[in-house]
Amino acid sequence: MRPRKQPVAMSPSGSPPSSLNIYGAIEANKRRTILFIAVLTLLPAVVAELFGLAIGLPFAPATVVAALAAAVALAIGVWGYRSGDSLVLSVSEARPADRQQHPRLYRTVENLCIGAGLPMPRVYVIDDGALNAFATGRDPQHASITVTAGLLQKLEDLELEGVIAHELSHVRNYDIRLMLITAVLVGVIAMMADIFLRSTWYGAGARRRYRGKGEDAGGALLLALAVAAMIIAPLVAIMVQMAVSRQREYLADAAGALLTRYPAGLAGALEKIAGDKDPLDVNTKGTAHLYIAEPFKGQASAMNRLFDTHPPIGERIRRLRAMGG
Amino acid sequence: MSGGVIFLLAVLGPLVLVVLVVWITYNRLVTQRQRVRESWSGIDVQLKRRASLVPNLVETVKGYAAHEREVFENVTRARSAIMSATTPQQAAQADNMLTGALKTLFAVAEAYPQLRANENFLQLQSELSDIESKIAYARQFYNTNVRDLNTTIQTFPSVIVARNFGFKEEGYFEAEEAARGDVTVRFTT
Repeated sequence: MRPRKQPVAMSPSGSPPSSLNIYGAIEANKRRTILFIAVLTLLPAVVAELFGLAIGLPFAPATVVAALAAAVALAIGVWGYRSGDSLVLSVSEARPADRQQHPRLYRTVENLCIGAGLPMPRVYVIDDGALNAFATGRDPQHASITVTAGLLQKLEDLELEGVIAHELSHVRNYDIRLMLITAVLVGVIAMMADIFLRSTWYGAGARRRYRGKGEDAGGALLLALAVAAMIIAPLVAIMVQMAVSRQREYLADAAGALLTRYPAGLAGALEKIAGDKDPLDVNTKGTAHLYIAEPFKGQASAMNRLFDTHPPIGERIRRLRAMGG
Repeated sequence: MSGGVIFLLAVLGPLVLVVLVVWITYNRLVTQRQRVRESWSGIDVQLKRRASLVPNLVETVKGYAAHEREVFENVTRARSAIMSATTPQQAAQADNMLTGALKTLFAVAEAYPQLRANENFLQLQSELSDIESKIAYARQFYNTNVRDLNTTIQTFPSVIVARNFGFKEEGYFEAEEAARGDVTVRFTT
């Protein structure tokens, strides 16, 4: 039988309080995804334009280079949109979970999907004792949920339910699409800035060979601008990524609690995750923002704080407890 | 601009606005009603699944406790009520009946150690409890959608559109408090 739960301010009919407008959040997320793609494609274009001018190209060819850079960024973005999730899954060493082997995980995901009105996502497990989970994909029809073996082992049923509900909220809100696109484009920008930065040295040499000495003052200024842009672009991209993922963790916590009607489940899970000192072995910087909790443990310097992908876990637990957990 | 054009705009502007509002509201109502129907079928699937397990369960239990006739009759009656229910309210009522009857059945089963050791029985029991939590979640989703639709129908200005196009409020799928409480078991032996 389903365990008795303390209802969260439920009306007698069992409908939740109508303070959370999920459909509004979805629309906002879809708009933001498009905005991000625009910004993150323009960024390489601006860098490329400056770079072209800096190495002494006239305006028109420099613009062609810029358009090319934008096209490449967009192409990689589209590729990431279509198959980025399988890349994330393979980087994380997640393997498909078997229904026979993980009946509890399957049942939990199935039940919560019914409650959220979502199609069943693919389910993966990472063989790692650390406690963590993430969701990825481009929309609810192409989504997957991954949990670590440690999470399955150490969480009670209601806590596991809380974690899965949190992840399903990311799926339903289209956070997964936004986060996937951001991850891919941030990677692209970092890579392009790197390429431009390296070739600037050769370019600077080439410019000296082809041109007279008289134009150097303007050229030097452009060069300085281009180098500055190349250094700033990845930083801007990463900061956008962090800001995006921090605020949606709170929303997913709240939406997840609304789905299970039991905030204490997720609060308890987060407490266990916070108390666990085992860092996730397969974690990389590029996928950190996908997880339910910061996968780097005990490495938090002041610099890391600045680029945190998650709000402080204590604050998340406090907010969940305040909901009646 | 001449006076005629200004007059035309002053009349047409609000008119276009009203048409737009009606259009958008009407589409939202249709979408929400569709969501209610869709989520109803989510409950219905689980109810039918649960009902389909009942005959098997009754047969298994009968093998050990054939004389608990009253219990079997209640379960079977609730099952056929679910199969013949046509509205969400009837189905909810029948489902609450079945929940209560099954609870009594499992409480009675406690008295038969051999039955509790029966593998078939154990499997049915765990499957039924899984379906029960699925019904609870499906009910939650359905009620959320009903609430959204009813809110649109009751609030201004959509209430005007809803009235004119004949949108009706839907009923919640309610779990009876009595069905959730403890059951008193009367042994007939």
